[in-house]
Amino acid sequence: MHYMNHTQVQKRMSTRLLKNYLAKLLFLLSTLFGLVVLAALIYRVVTQGVHWIDLDFLINRLSTDPKKAGILGAIAGTLWLMAVVAPITLIIGVGTAIYLEEYAKKGRFQRFIQINISNLSGVPSIVFGLLGLTVFVRGMELGAVILAGGLTMSLLVLPIVVVAAQEAICAVPQFLREASYGMGATKWQTILNIVIPAALPGILTGVILALSRAVGETAPLVVLGIPALLIPLPDGLFDKFTVLPLQIYYWTLDSALVAEYANLAGASIIVLLVILFLMNSLAILIRNKFQRRH
Amino acid sequence: MVLEKSIDIYKENISVREMIEKKRSKHSFSKMIEKMIPRFLLLIAAISVLTTLGILLTLLFETIEFFKDVSFISFFTGTILQPLGPNAEFGLLPLLTGTLISSGIAMLVAIPVGFMTAIYLSEYASERIKKVLKPVLEILAGIPTIVYGFFALTFVTPLLRSFIPALEPTNILSPGIVMGIMIIPMVASLSEDALSSVPDSMREGALAMGATKLEVTWKVVVPAAISGIIASFVLAISRAIGETMIVTIASGSSKNFTFDITQSMQTMTAYIVEVTGGDAPAGSTLYFSLYAVAMTLFVFTLLMNMLARYISRKFREEY
Repeated sequence: MHYMNHTQVQKRMSTRLLKNYLAKLLFLLSTLFGLVVLAALIYRVVTQGVHWIDLDFLINRLSTDPKKAGILGAIAGTLWLMAVVAPITLIIGVGTAIYLEEYAKKGRFQRFIQINISNLSGVPSIVFGLLGLTVFVRGMELGAVILAGGLTMSLLVLPIVVVAAQEAICAVPQFLREASYGMGATKWQTILNIVIPAALPGILTGVILALSRAVGETAPLVVLGIPALLIPLPDGLFDKFTVLPLQIYYWTLDSALVAEYANLAGASIIVLLVILFLMNSLAILIRNKFQRRH
Repeated sequence: MVLEKSIDIYKENISVREMIEKKRSKHSFSKMIEKMIPRFLLLIAAISVLTTLGILLTLLFETIEFFKDVSFISFFTGTILQPLGPNAEFGLLPLLTGTLISSGIAMLVAIPVGFMTAIYLSEYASERIKKVLKPVLEILAGIPTIVYGFFALTFVTPLLRSFIPALEPTNILSPGIVMGIMIIPMVASLSEDALSSVPDSMREGALAMGATKLEVTWKVVVPAAISGIIASFVLAISRAIGETMIVTIASGSSKNFTFDITQSMQTMTAYIVEVTGGDAPAGSTLYFSLYAVAMTLFVFTLLMNMLARYISRKFREEY
């Protein structure tokens, strides 16, 4: 029978500890890599665009002249897009979640819808663009208008809302439902008066996150044929529109021709990031404020 | 007096009966609602299924039209993609190599960095450090792809060109790397979920046997969480294949069939953007080619997602 050789163990121990230490360092460094890139990205964008942001840039309309160009139209388009996507995804997303969590029998059909939703969330956004182009823009002959863009985006971000709403509804404690049934409430009354109010913060967080995804998404709108340069402001669902990411896209592409366009792109990116930051902060605020209610 | 009271009760009885009748008619209305609501909600839930069907059918119909003009074999084995002009040729291979190479580069960045980040967050970081680092990763994940595209074209490409002078202004290397950076948070958070769900008792058992932290992580925790980790890698590949704006902006639109990563290459997604942006006339082969490419893309990503789900279900360790 071999006994452990004390000196040998000690020798191996020091290499094992060294390996342990080096690995920890490596893991830490790779975590910091993300941080460094984020810093570089923000630095790059800010140095490119911050001097171009002023009131004129925010309230002027688009122009081919970089000095006069503003993003009012793109901001208006972004707001319109949100105004279409928010109610649609709220109704469809919450409806689907309620059905799956409260009504559907646990079985094949429920699993089928669940798998379908998870597959949808994996479909590339550009494919949704082609769906929108075929069904909304050409099939319904809407053209590249706000309604067509909003419907396409709604389908794209729907899985986010459904999953968030499902989690929120699932987290409502069972005893709340039972108390409601005990008072003689019907199933729908219980859902409407107990479950939805209790799940509302989670649902709203999901909707805001879905909206911020829709606001930053570019590819499907390019496919729909949203125009590059649009001077008039949209003021209805059936008006043509443009949004910030598209403006950034065209300015970035054309920066090879007109150098100032890169500055405009940088400035628009700052505005877009600020909007997204505000939306996400709102979502986190709602989540934290209502988190420990039950 | 007694009689009066009994009459009162009698009267009241009638009114209670009426109340019951009234209640019943109200009840039947709310019963109807109770019956209608699930049906209505089922209709709403069906919208997601309809969306999938819509995608499948639109892609399928137009793809069939495409294969009336171009043979199946020449599409999937053709190395020449020349969609415009009289001698139009539709070979998928240039797009396929572009897609696979850019995704491959992205994975070389995202998988090691994301995996090691996950290990750090799950095994090493204290709660306080976690509270700082996780939101930073979430910010990284929330940045729109168009911003990454701008970053790739105006920062990463010039940076790389100072090391690799042969690199062209638009190339597949830079968007590949940036795409990898974009996917790091996804790999990190999914893998971290898998690592964190390994019970502490397993770690403590190994630690008690004298293993170092690295040995515990590498020989106990990672093997136990391997299904979730690999599933996160597969999902990351699917995400990279479907990514559009970064490659569209930073990789140009060269349709050459090449494996040289210093050159411009087009991915399937970028091709769709270019052709739709150019207003392809409906009904032309060019127009139908969009759908054939999109169908390929859709099938690829769908298979990846199903594979990821299969892996995480099939090889899940039961603790």
